[in-house]
Amino acid sequence: MSAALELAERGAHERPVHVALVGAPNAGKTTLFNALTGSSAKVGNYPGVTVERRAGTLRNAARAVRVLDLPGTYSVVGETPDEQIVEKALTGRLAGEPELDGIVAVLDATTLRRGLGLFRELAKTGRPLALVLTMIDEVRARGGKLEPAKLSTLLGVPVLGVVGHRGVGMDPLFRILQAPERWSRVAALPAADDAVARFQWVDEVCRKAGAEDLEPDTRTDKIDRVLLHPLLGVAVFGLVMLCLFQSIFSWAVPAMNAIDGSFGELARASRAVLPAGWLTDLWTDGVLAGVGAVLVFLPQIAILFTFIHVLQDVGYMARAAFVVDRVMGWVGLQGRSFVPLLSCYACAVPGIMAARTIQSPRERLATILVAPFMTCSARLPVYTLLIAAFVPHTTLFGVVGVQGLVLFGLYGLGAATALASAALLGSTLLRGKPSVFYMELPPYRWPTARILARQVWHSARAFLKRAGTIILATSIVLWGLLSFPRAAPDPARTPAETARANLEASAAARIGHALEPAIAPLGFDWKIGVGLVASLAAREVIVATLAQTYAVASKDDFAGLRDALRADVNPATGKPEFGLPAALALCVFFVFALQCTSTMAVMARETGTWRWPALAFGYMLALAWTASFVTYQVASRV
Amino acid sequence: MPPAAPPAELPLLALAVGARARIAEPPPGSPIPRRLADLGFVPGTELCVVRRAPFGDPIELELRGYRLCLRAAQLESLRVVTRPEVAA
Repeated sequence: MSAALELAERGAHERPVHVALVGAPNAGKTTLFNALTGSSAKVGNYPGVTVERRAGTLRNAARAVRVLDLPGTYSVVGETPDEQIVEKALTGRLAGEPELDGIVAVLDATTLRRGLGLFRELAKTGRPLALVLTMIDEVRARGGKLEPAKLSTLLGVPVLGVVGHRGVGMDPLFRILQAPERWSRVAALPAADDAVARFQWVDEVCRKAGAEDLEPDTRTDKIDRVLLHPLLGVAVFGLVMLCLFQSIFSWAVPAMNAIDGSFGELARASRAVLPAGWLTDLWTDGVLAGVGAVLVFLPQIAILFTFIHVLQDVGYMARAAFVVDRVMGWVGLQGRSFVPLLSCYACAVPGIMAARTIQSPRERLATILVAPFMTCSARLPVYTLLIAAFVPHTTLFGVVGVQGLVLFGLYGLGAATALASAALLGSTLLRGKPSVFYMELPPYRWPTARILARQVWHSARAFLKRAGTIILATSIVLWGLLSFPRAAPDPARTPAETARANLEASAAARIGHALEPAIAPLGFDWKIGVGLVASLAAREVIVATLAQTYAVASKDDFAGLRDALRADVNPATGKPEFGLPAALALCVFFVFALQCTSTMAVMARETGTWRWPALAFGYMLALAWTASFVTYQVASRV
Repeated sequence: MPPAAPPAELPLLALAVGARARIAEPPPGSPIPRRLADLGFVPGTELCVVRRAPFGDPIELELRGYRLCLRAAQLESLRVVTRPEVAA
């Protein structure tokens, strides 16, 4: 009977085996974890992507093996939140996690002379150990002669070389992971325990195993000479960011038009088939209009996430952090704050969670508190709608679109406010000594299309889930608020006049009217007031709300909403309700206000108290009102 | 043998970009911080200053076959011994 079959026989009635992956940040642990478990956990060529532990079950295994992916760490002594998770897991003190049957050290094969130091520390835990060397192909490409088998003999544990994202060397790994009781505990290690002795041991092992320093990675050197050049580096950084925002506007348009058109078509088809009545209204004006108005922005979100993931996987993200660290340092943050803050361009929720990789509690808290100022993707639908409706579609010098420029300005305003707030916090609420910063610059690597596609799909799905749950629910509640109570029937009115009369009699109109005194100085009427209240659930809901507000008197699609906003005329004065000054003021309001209950909930969870989100909500609202007031007053006089 | 410059001890931060040196023994009573030691900064380790960031800080170093960025403030306490240059 083969060993595998033997295992399969036993596997049926044994308790699951628990193994953990431990390694330095950026060692390829998450890629390996995904290959082992088939889970689509987030992968990035950037130190500190794994912010929480994740567990999965080994695929295609005869025996139940539970694989725990721990945050990247250089040390097994817990100082940062990440390191504490690792330390607790290794000592069996992690809540909800059973004792580990084995530890898999995951080391980047190209940085073994540092990585084995961590391995030596893991050996001290006395648990069965196996060693996986990732990126083994790069060792060979750079003239390395490292032999995993030789290293295995020297260390007395199983050693396997793999290329995680290509699946090279995975079959033996699957076999080994199913039998941790056969791994050794590395008994024959020198007793001396300080760092000098540890690294002397490492150097000796590396020399014997043929793991000497590799030939320099000339490709990375050449690219870095440009991308980290004192002048060119900064220029490239700015250019990359500018390209990102311009592309959202130009590349996404055809797909947006297609989605927009299909939802309009779907609503028309529904009306043709279904009997007239409030249920049909609920379907077309509540469900279809609400979800459609958010879905239309999916192409832009996909492009944004593709950009972010490509930069991460290629290795540019770490360079960007290196370039901007000094600037972040000026405001009391560090280069590591850059990734959480940049992630907030997608959504503040993962961004705030990613702040766990920041070592000092002080800088971590500062990053969390300023994170909601970063322009998340939920603001994008609002900006897009208002810019498309009110900013002229012209170009400056024949190349730079004014609409793209305004969008870029809004993103810049958010980022600048985040940095200024961090500086303010650092010198007031969060005074203290800046803490340790260190970061590896990984070699440049080609991103893998499959992994990239999975990451983008993952992000898009997360957005869709929000559109499908919070937004749909809010959309239906709002449809109710907007539809009831109705105005008394009057046969003399045209259908459009009836619709408008019904809207003005509705519960939503009353809330909007009640808010009007507070928001009139910002140039907002009661319809925007309704949207602002609704957007507390999630910012993008305001688009669905406006779609519904205007769908009452007009079409269901994005172009229709855009045109309805432009054409909305106050019946008393005969002037437009909404112009460029009020549109800009509304954009500015969205730059500053913390209109997102999910963000506040995750802030409370990460800081352990509702005090910080409450504080953030208060000061952000005050700032939003003031800035919108100034914007409206200045813009309407220019 | 060409004449070799005598080894000299100097602060790591005084090292020019591109220069190589070995980490010196720390003075008694002020050991190398544990965090730096975990990253491989132990006496005798050869390192090279690869570059400074565009705004002057952090600094990219190469040691133990990998590259790492650290802020100058964290490297202040480290001293290095320059390796006598051996002409080809």
